[in-house]
Amino acid sequence: MHILEVENLTKTFKKVTAVDHVSFQVPEGELFGLLGPNGAGKTTTMRMLTTLLKPDSGSASVAGFDVIQSRNEVRAGIGMVFQEPALDRQLTGRENLDFHGRMYGMKKDLRKLRIREVLDLVELSDRANDLVETYSGGMQRRLEIARGLMHFPKVLFLDEPTLGLDAQTRRKIWEYIRRMNLEHRTTMILTTHYMEEADGLCGRVGIMDKGRIVALDTPKNLKDLIGADVVTLEMESGDGDIYRGLAFVKDVVKHGNRLSLMVENGERKIPLLIAHAAKHGIEVLSVELHKPSLEDVFLRFTGATLRDREAGDSEKRKMHPPMARRR
Amino acid sequence: MVSISGQAVYMLWLREMKRTWRAKSRMIGALVMPLFFLVFMGSGFRRATLPGMPEGVDYITFLIPGAIGMSLLFSSMFGGLQVLWDKEFGFLKEIMVTPVSRLSIVLGRMAGGSTISLLQGFMILLLSTFFGFRIHSLSGLLTAVVFMFLIAFTFIGLGLSFASRMKDMHGFQLVMNFVVFPIFFLSGALYPVQGLPVWLKPFVYLDPLTYGVDGLRAGLLGTSVHPPLLDFAVLATICAGMVTLGSILFETSDVGQ
Ligand SMILES: Nc1ncnc2c1ncn2[C@@H]1O[C@H](COP(=O)(O)OP(=O)(O)OP(=O)(O)O)[C@@H](O)[C@H]1O
Ligand SMILES: [Mg+2]
Repeated sequence: MHILEVENLTKTFKKVTAVDHVSFQVPEGELFGLLGPNGAGKTTTMRMLTTLLKPDSGSASVAGFDVIQSRNEVRAGIGMVFQEPALDRQLTGRENLDFHGRMYGMKKDLRKLRIREVLDLVELSDRANDLVETYSGGMQRRLEIARGLMHFPKVLFLDEPTLGLDAQTRRKIWEYIRRMNLEHRTTMILTTHYMEEADGLCGRVGIMDKGRIVALDTPKNLKDLIGADVVTLEMESGDGDIYRGLAFVKDVVKHGNRLSLMVENGERKIPLLIAHAAKHGIEVLSVELHKPSLEDVFLRFTGATLRDREAGDSEKRKMHPPMARRR
Repeated sequence: MVSISGQAVYMLWLREMKRTWRAKSRMIGALVMPLFFLVFMGSGFRRATLPGMPEGVDYITFLIPGAIGMSLLFSSMFGGLQVLWDKEFGFLKEIMVTPVSRLSIVLGRMAGGSTISLLQGFMILLLSTFFGFRIHSLSGLLTAVVFMFLIAFTFIGLGLSFASRMKDMHGFQLVMNFVVFPIFFLSGALYPVQGLPVWLKPFVYLDPLTYGVDGLRAGLLGTSVHPPLLDFAVLATICAGMVTLGSILFETSDVGQ
């Protein structure tokens, strides 16, 4: 029995299909990530799973309850950390937590105890009695995470928990999330568009693009799909076809004026690749080699890099129509 | 079966009190307008007698129930529309994702909003004693208090209804200009409605505040256009309707991004 089951969940806003027949399951205690660029549909998926938005079709259950039929039961079992700030800035940190505890029906002693514990966890005890309006962005984020954890939810949803935070705060937040996941076996569903976050933190990752989950597995298995090193060539002209015939090239993805080639022992293949381009009269401007990352997995399944998508207003997309997926 | 969580209602009420206490200047600011009406119009028209004004009542005394009604109207609408602020600052999502029944949330909002707005109403009543106003009987005072409650809940319900159907705060000024001010001017708070042109009369009778102000006059001055019981019956009905409408619209409202 999975604690979270999502079946063909779909939501359309006017023209955009924000979430398009998304299905996945999450077993209890997992730290599950949804990785995708801006507009992929991560927040919309979360809003449906947390009963804040009605799906157009499909179904989902959280902790054994249907998100459409049994909204109150679902709400009782979950916690949510929103992407956008959701604190009362005219209350102190402690008062925000107290509000939360009472709304979840926590008894006075437990409430007091938990407020102390979670404030300690996110290192905000000394600022607890200040108005939230005086907190920095990172402190507000930490308070929101503390609040999400406070009532021991069975499933905690975190929508881009580290968006816009500095590296140090981000690492701290990862640590809280890990600890909560380990100590209380809290199932965590988090969204992110940082691939390092998905890679380093999540047990399994669903890669999301344009409302669909295009790949879903452990970060390791996903990277193994690429199976080799990634050599990225920047070139004046030409396309991937010239490399198609080479036996040692396992896959080619073109994005803009760059080619990403999947090859074993990349450092030894670079001279061969450059020579091959020269043979076709094509000049290579730069070369980059790296071990496969989730970025490459995204690239392979969508034909675009996460960064392309982030920058990708509709206008830009018109200029560079998305490259067809190879193979 | 919808359950009501007393703790949640209390918490929402308490939050409203804390926020208001921390923004005292706003509360005082809200008192200024009705007081200005009393001071400037009351003294400017001191000697005026308008057709339809009760015998032996000077203008400023006539105006006092109107100023109380005005203060209740504005602060209650504002209280209902507070939901827009919560939407804007994202806090509404935090409220809506909790397992508390939507009815409890509405009740909490109404409890908080009505407390603030009744406090303001009572302050105006208290301050009006400086203008020579005297309460003539306990039963009259109690009648006035009943009407104050009805006015408060009616307009919190109306404010909540608008807030539930508005995406953001942009519509706030529109509601103020095209809903609140007409309600105020048509209610007879400032002048006897007998003087208004005939084509406006239907609107006067559609205006809930008409019955509210008339009821307040019955209680505070002992004179009214309609029998107070009629005022009560009409306003109580409208009030129940508004509170229900506000609750339903709120429950089905979009929480926003
Ligand atoms: N309330 C809404 N009305 C209209 N369109 C919406 C609404 N909410 C989301 N969308 C659209 O649905 C798509 C998915 O949005 P969503 O917020 O789910 O993306 P996301 O993956 O969370 O992106 P980000 O990383 O920027 O938070 C986008 O194209 C967005 O414009
Ligand atoms: Mg989002």
